[in-house]
Amino acid sequence: MNAHLLPTGSPYFSVPETQLPERHTLSVLVDNEPGILARVVGLFSARGYNIDSLTVSETEHDRGLSRITVVTVATPKVLTQIKLQLARLVPVHKVHDLTAEGASLERELALIKVGGTGEPRSEALRLADAFRAQIVDATTESFVFEVTGKPSKIDSFIALMAPLGLIEVVRTGLAAISRGPKGM
Amino acid sequence: MAEQMTGAEMVLRALTNNGVTHIFGYPGGAALPIYDALFQQDAVQHILVRHEQGAGHMAEGYARSTGKVGVVLVTSGPGATNVVTPLTDALMDSVPLVVLSAQVSTTLIGSDAFQECDTVGITRSCTKHNYLVKNVNDLPRVLHEAFHIASSGRPGPVLVDIPKDVQFAMGTYLGPDEIGTTRHASYHPATDGDAAAIAAAVDLMLRAERPVFYTGGGVINSGPQASERLRELAELTGFPVTSTLLGLGSYPGSGPQWLGMLGMHGSYEANMAMHDCDLMICIGARFDDRITGRIDAFSPNSTKIHVDIDASSIGKNVRVHLPIIGDSGLVMAEMVRIWRSRTNAPRTEALAPWWEQIAKWRAKNSFGFTNSTTTIKPQHAIKRLHAATKGRDVYVTTEVGQHQMWAAQHFPFELPNHWMTSGGLGTMGYGLPAAVGVQVAHPDALVIDIAGEASVQMTMQEMSTAVQYKLPIKIFILNNERMGMVRQWQDLLHGGRYASSYSESLPDFVKLAEAYGGKGIRCSDPALLDAAIAEMLDYDGPVLFDCLVEKHENCLPMIPSGKPHNEMILPDFTEAIGDIIDAKGRQLV
Repeated sequence: MNAHLLPTGSPYFSVPETQLPERHTLSVLVDNEPGILARVVGLFSARGYNIDSLTVSETEHDRGLSRITVVTVATPKVLTQIKLQLARLVPVHKVHDLTAEGASLERELALIKVGGTGEPRSEALRLADAFRAQIVDATTESFVFEVTGKPSKIDSFIALMAPLGLIEVVRTGLAAISRGPKGM
Repeated sequence: MAEQMTGAEMVLRALTNNGVTHIFGYPGGAALPIYDALFQQDAVQHILVRHEQGAGHMAEGYARSTGKVGVVLVTSGPGATNVVTPLTDALMDSVPLVVLSAQVSTTLIGSDAFQECDTVGITRSCTKHNYLVKNVNDLPRVLHEAFHIASSGRPGPVLVDIPKDVQFAMGTYLGPDEIGTTRHASYHPATDGDAAAIAAAVDLMLRAERPVFYTGGGVINSGPQASERLRELAELTGFPVTSTLLGLGSYPGSGPQWLGMLGMHGSYEANMAMHDCDLMICIGARFDDRITGRIDAFSPNSTKIHVDIDASSIGKNVRVHLPIIGDSGLVMAEMVRIWRSRTNAPRTEALAPWWEQIAKWRAKNSFGFTNSTTTIKPQHAIKRLHAATKGRDVYVTTEVGQHQMWAAQHFPFELPNHWMTSGGLGTMGYGLPAAVGVQVAHPDALVIDIAGEASVQMTMQEMSTAVQYKLPIKIFILNNERMGMVRQWQDLLHGGRYASSYSESLPDFVKLAEAYGGKGIRCSDPALLDAAIAEMLDYDGPVLFDCLVEKHENCLPMIPSGKPHNEMILPDFTEAIGDIIDAKGRQLV
């Protein structure tokens, strides 16, 4: 996961890295065509870039467009390269750096399965209520909670569930959009 | 006009509509419908190769010597995997190629069918773009788009994978104009540079005291007019010009402001000018590691202008102060216009101290070598070859290694598109098939592959293609019975332990040439060299020239691994060559 610290494998580039890595959320508008995800992911692996989270879905069916939200950690120099390399791919329409371009909304959905009976079960229910988590499945000894929010909120909810009988977690990865009236 | 035809016929129609007259290929089961369509027309000539890698390099040679798109046709499976090397080569060196690969029928895809492979998956990272066409009605658009993408912006290879059932299927054909591929939704390469940035560049140039033009393959790719603009700009400004391996010929090798090639085996004056300049004007080059040497010591005190059509090339390896994203020819034309509007007088006086300094570096004669009367020195052989071909329309290709660097050092070029070599990927075996491709494009020209005895054996089978199509290429082998560059690096880094770098069991190249139906010539005596070269040039047919040269000659000058430009090893170097590179430099390639 520290690939971003070594921009390439060649010691020609072993210049002392003076910039600190930053976490950025990129929104990439692409043609929804076969292989597009492989193209984007292949670019990240071939050039040693880092992917923290990746979310893909068709967003404009009529125009055949998908939006890829990718969270990456890289130094500013490498980040610039990532954006330019993405923009160079033929089916890529636009690359926006939501982190750099000002205020944006970031949301993630998680489904969290918690088992248990008695007091831990009641405590899980109380916490779920505090986090506005929905109960989407229940048995006498388990719940599946659906929780939506910023990744940090989901992280804390999962951390609280851990001692109460956490069984498994699935997360969608990040969806992000800029605030205000303008679109991509 | 919309017209009904089969997918295979569409391929041929799209080729002619895109100006293709020659393709290089090899048939196979999945490609048979296209071959059948080829057989029934005359507009496109097919050159049958002996191995698909040869087809790819021929198309590269064809493309680089004409500026047109090179076209390859191969079958599925091994046909496709065999073009992976030329695709990667073309991607690294920005060569416009369209590779048509046949695929098993759509109904069989994914079933591990005979001669099936995931061609688009395998070639995704070695193409500018690639397609799998599953519907025959998409085929015309995809083919026209492939030519547009391959040839525009920063050129590169595009692969179109066509399943056999799609080749048989009937569909509606539309021409390039009817489809309008240039109005592509997401692909819009830059052309004009930002006017304010170009004006700022000229301002910097007008104030520079120690400027240098560092030009690359982008100037060649932009077309012959870009080389003309470079010459005009150089004359107007009076600045020295150096160029990368791929940029040779954009500025004439006999030009007064020419410093020679730069980089690892470039001239001392070019590298020192890069190191000490106050203004570097990089045009269509990409600060490759062979150019920069140790990057944190690269040209420490210069302001850097970088003109490139590919935004991702800018700031990738070296921080530049003034980026200009655009076509190098158009940007230079604008530079010329603005320069003229600012001044008419050359800045001879202001630049005089810089030229004096350059003259001192030149005096080191860094391409010098000690000649011999008993053995042929490889540098001498290239100089004699150049002398014998002077004044002729000569195109040179090379393989990869010492001979390639010596050719770049000692065979000056006056014109763009006359020098074809594998730079980025460094593909041994490139030169012979590339020469075939050049000769197909220029039947009356003199085409020479300056080769090494190791490289040339990698694609030697294409000698047969040259004989079949009566292509009189001249393969000039500098035979030192060693993989010379590997041996040189083993001297530098591994205590002279020559692991596997000796060319054991070499064929008799004269007999080999004759076996193929060509001519073989051998020469080992410096006194007989000129006559032997004349014999080669006079022969009307393919020639393998086995030039037996000095076996342990090192290619100098050289920037050792991990060293900056101003720590070059010069030819008069006398210390033990194995002691110059430190532990860190040893990791480098």
